[in-house]
Amino acid sequence: MADLWSGAIWPVLLITLQILAIVLPLLLAVAYLTYAERKVIGAMQLRQGPMTVGPYGLLQPLADGLKLFLKETVVPTGANRIVFVLAPMVTFILALIGWAVIPFGDGLVLADINVGILYLFAISSLGVYGIIMAGWASNSRYAFLGALRSSAQMVSYEIAIGLIIVNVLITAGSLNLSDIVRAQGEHGWYMIWHFPMFMIFIVSILAETNRHPFDMPEDESSLVTGYNVEYSAMTFALFFLGEYANMILMSAIATILFLGGWLAPFDIFPLNLVPGPIWFILKICLMLFVFIWARATLPRYRYDQLMRLGWKVLLPFSLVWVVVTSGFLVAFDLLPK
Amino acid sequence: MTVELFIFYVFAVVTVASAVMVVAARNPVHSVLFLILSFFNTAGLFVLIGAEFLAMMLVVVYVGAVAVLFMFVVMMLDVNFVQLRQGFMQYMSIGAVVGIILMIELIMVVGTWVLGEEGEVLAGPGTVPLASNTELLGNVLYTDYVYLFQTAGLILLVAIIGAISLTLRQRPGIRRQDIGRQVHRRPSETVELRKVRSGSGV
Repeated sequence: MADLWSGAIWPVLLITLQILAIVLPLLLAVAYLTYAERKVIGAMQLRQGPMTVGPYGLLQPLADGLKLFLKETVVPTGANRIVFVLAPMVTFILALIGWAVIPFGDGLVLADINVGILYLFAISSLGVYGIIMAGWASNSRYAFLGALRSSAQMVSYEIAIGLIIVNVLITAGSLNLSDIVRAQGEHGWYMIWHFPMFMIFIVSILAETNRHPFDMPEDESSLVTGYNVEYSAMTFALFFLGEYANMILMSAIATILFLGGWLAPFDIFPLNLVPGPIWFILKICLMLFVFIWARATLPRYRYDQLMRLGWKVLLPFSLVWVVVTSGFLVAFDLLPK
Repeated sequence: MTVELFIFYVFAVVTVASAVMVVAARNPVHSVLFLILSFFNTAGLFVLIGAEFLAMMLVVVYVGAVAVLFMFVVMMLDVNFVQLRQGFMQYMSIGAVVGIILMIELIMVVGTWVLGEEGEVLAGPGTVPLASNTELLGNVLYTDYVYLFQTAGLILLVAIIGAISLTLRQRPGIRRQDIGRQVHRRPSETVELRKVRSGSGV
């Protein structure tokens, strides 16, 4: 009995508690990210944003969630029921499981696997399925067009992201996310060494999460809202939560790859007293602000321009940067051992 | 029964079952979805035997890219199921012959499989791997098999160029966007400020 407890039950219980410790704050963060987005965009447009529910509108996300929860889930008659219900679940689950390998601090990580960055890349490349499945299963022209646009867009920008990751990998010499952050502690943040890559990465994650100015899949003016047009109530809420959780995940990846993860900006007295996870969260907030800022500022891209940017500008440039980086590292004998 | 064994059987059963469903499903889109499930569980099996690099590559390449393209094509197919079933008996004999030959070949390969001495040493108990399998794979690929690896890359490049040249067509009379020309436009060339008197045109 004791063997069963220590061999099977306790590890399962422990991992469940650890997963809850990541997922619950994440869901809260997603809820308040929507609030932050409305407040920030409100401020940029000289409005107040939500102010009615609770002090300064702080309870607005909870009210929105409750509203979506109480509404009726409508499944269109011609829809493929199973795939239709499966699609939002896939989107939401994929947005959550990426967090398994994210290091919040030195050693503060659920699964410290050797191929962490490949795992994240794989998870983000799967995100397209939720959207394709939704678009196809809805049996609606708008949803289908949105899904087609979105999948082409996400597949295109993944390639640029892959090459950017290669740049970071050859500089850090490891696929382990914690090692990548530690390497930045020694070399300085990769935001400095790979500044153009950092910029391209921001553009690519905007496209990868289908956010403005690349929100083709839900182009309101031409596609109503694209792939999720037939969804209502909780199925819609899962898409919504998935999109915002993905934004936070992508910000976390950008933080780890370029902004030094949990490290303080300078290793000097008052700054290095602040615990690592706080720095990590602050940097994620900074990246999220960029997401919202872009939404408030930039007009939507035209679809052919979006494709041109991905394939003819970002992809060749990051490929050339791989050659430059590896050439530099080999020439000055700086390759990580 | 250990937890690993239990997980292995879960992955294995789902892999085989979804592989069967790929063939058995009536809707082609469902087939592709089952194919993806099968890939995914195979990746899980790879992780269980400690080949995490191969597992991630399987997900990135096959699930993330190849299956998306399958999905694209299959979703836009206008399949007529009645017509599809008409030739079934006619083609069944050929299909059966191909299937039997493949099966015999597989049995021959698996039956004569002998683990090399090196493999036994590596798989033996108590051996500590020298490095992560990403590093070991890289070492083998870029030293012993570098020419084969580069040749494979070249073949892929040829395939890419072939696919592009097949789909590239230049039709006359189409107005295309020339980004360079747009960027080089200056306000002085394109915008003109005029004072127009009321009641008369420009």
